[in-house]
Amino acid sequence: MTGAGVTIEAPAPAPASRAPGVIFIFKKALISALVALVLFSLMIGIRTEAGPEGQLIWWTRFGDLAAMVAIVFGGSIVMELLRQWWGPVGTIRVIPPSVHGALALARRGIAPVLLIFTFLVPVIFYNQRYILDLGILVLTYVMLGWGLNVVVGLAGLLDLGYVAFYAVGAYSYALLATNFGLSFWICLPLAGILAALWGVMLGFPVLRLRGDYLAIVTLAFGEIIRLVITNWQSLTGGPNGVSGIPRPTFFGIPLTPGPDGLAAKLGIEFSPTHRIVFLFYIILLLALLTNWVTIRLRRLPIGRAWEALREDEVACRALGINITTTKLTAFATGAMFGGFAGAFFATRQGFISPESFTFQESALVLAIVVLGGMGSQLGVALAALIMIGGFELFRGLEQYRMLVFGVAMVLLMIWRPRGLIGHRAPTVFLRHSQAISSDLVKEGHG
Amino acid sequence: MRGDCILSVDHLSMRFGGIVAVNDLSFAAGRRNITALIGPNGAGKTTVFNCITGFYKPTSGMMRLIHDGGTEIRLERLNDFRISKQARVARTFQNIRLFPGMTALENLMVAQHNALMLASGLTFLGLIGAPSWRKAEKRAIDLAQTWLERIGLLGRADDAAGNLPYGDQRRLEIARAMCTEPALLCLDEPAAGLNARESAGLSELLLSIRAEHGTSILLIEHDMSVVMEISDHVVVMDYGVKIAEGTPSDIRDHPKVIAAYLGVEDDEVAAVESELGL
Repeated sequence: MTGAGVTIEAPAPAPASRAPGVIFIFKKALISALVALVLFSLMIGIRTEAGPEGQLIWWTRFGDLAAMVAIVFGGSIVMELLRQWWGPVGTIRVIPPSVHGALALARRGIAPVLLIFTFLVPVIFYNQRYILDLGILVLTYVMLGWGLNVVVGLAGLLDLGYVAFYAVGAYSYALLATNFGLSFWICLPLAGILAALWGVMLGFPVLRLRGDYLAIVTLAFGEIIRLVITNWQSLTGGPNGVSGIPRPTFFGIPLTPGPDGLAAKLGIEFSPTHRIVFLFYIILLLALLTNWVTIRLRRLPIGRAWEALREDEVACRALGINITTTKLTAFATGAMFGGFAGAFFATRQGFISPESFTFQESALVLAIVVLGGMGSQLGVALAALIMIGGFELFRGLEQYRMLVFGVAMVLLMIWRPRGLIGHRAPTVFLRHSQAISSDLVKEGHG
Repeated sequence: MRGDCILSVDHLSMRFGGIVAVNDLSFAAGRRNITALIGPNGAGKTTVFNCITGFYKPTSGMMRLIHDGGTEIRLERLNDFRISKQARVARTFQNIRLFPGMTALENLMVAQHNALMLASGLTFLGLIGAPSWRKAEKRAIDLAQTWLERIGLLGRADDAAGNLPYGDQRRLEIARAMCTEPALLCLDEPAAGLNARESAGLSELLLSIRAEHGTSILLIEHDMSVVMEISDHVVVMDYGVKIAEGTPSDIRDHPKVIAAYLGVEDDEVAAVESELGL
């Protein structure tokens, strides 16, 4: 083969332009390794510790340093090769179209399957208390997510203080039940109404605010509610919380082991699991109520006005839509569902304290809504399942749990920047309902 | 003109700090007429529109809207959404403001918000699915469908508004404004960005709106073919003041209008300067 007569074929230009040569990859890897060397030389290369007499002792770990730099070097090459294997793709289109098709098919079937499965969870996992408790927790967050979805997803108002309404609902039930002996079923609507009232109270001062400013004020509102609860000792018990909150009854029949209990009346043996199953179905029905109402509202003029508000506030005003009431009803509706969920939380726990209503909860619920795809009911439910259930799934990873979780979220946001289900389903159609791409749907200005 | 007018603007002024965008402007728009507001860029036309439709509060002046029944509404006393709701003044925007993530049909449904809100018993009747609500919703969809048909978008009713071609978006915005059943329709440069064929279609649409619905139309327009063809009355503005007013044929030959649009000859400048003693 070697000889002067053999013509050397020029490499095809297309792959050459697409795949930068070996030198490019090595150069890139070398730069990465160099950066790693500088960074890690102090972080890993030198280990300092306080000696037995308080003096500083230190030693070098060049072996570990070399290993880390080598990993970065190798990793960089692998990354670059992977990137070339994928070809030049936009970050959004990493998932191949065939997978997209399968996903679309799965999407149609997933909601009924999930619903049936959820109804059967207490039957399947009757003896697994842990799963039942986790199910109740997930459903609580599904409900909170659906409630916040009205404000953030439909009306496009960024609310960072949603936990305030959860707290108002929980304390409404706890205080009404412990002070006046009102039953859960009477307090539930009251808790919702009170939370809605607070929703309107939050709504008024923030009517003119948008975007970051709205977020900051709602964030402050959430904190104010928590601080008031913490400091108003005479009413709320302050940091000690409220204990001895009565459990819900089955149409007035308590789920207790005594002769008046439901088990005795039905003639079956008492088991503490009955109450858990009962709670599971309560929160399931509450969540489904939230879902049903939201779906109905979307098809009513008020729901369309919320979405129109998210799309273009100026155009709404030109069409004679009262922005004030539209925003306030969105806040009130979202808050009402938060209040229901709060009342349920109080009756489930039997004890509440301000610690349960920190900003972290607001952030978690907001993350569920954003991750699920703003405005999508199914997306929010899936996101709640992933966020709450998935977090429990990673429990075995111990201290790496947060890390894995964080990476998973970042990857998800790269693949689906508008959430799991980013497209929007029209509320009314003439011939066929076709999903609207997330590129067109606005996120709202706050 | 003053006899039967739907809108009468008197001594309207709008200042933004030191800038006088509109200065002592008075004009009237006749009932069932198409009144055009024209003028070079920056003349203050859109500011007048924003005052009429409640987006700006005028510094001074009076804007009266007289409905068919004779009820008189002072527009400067109403704020934003009430202008559309009570005075029944609808408008479109220079840069189209549709709801891009909603379908064409949904856009027209949102426009019927106030009527539907009442029909749905402020949501409560609608929530339980009362028959009266269902009927009202059906009627609203029918109305939207009629308008979609008129603007030739029936086939794209279920497409997102943001996905429609530019010309279709323009027409959809006019249809959306008409779905509020206005007494006065204000159009801010409806022909901007349209080709000749589309402009002709627009003229036809506006004439048919006036003929069939008796809606008075006030429009800002740069496309003179549209203005000259359809308007009954033309008001010309420059630097915030009215420089001429009349029928399209009057305006076409008006020296001040020609000067405002095309500038003036050098000898004319000299003549004016000598007149002023410069």
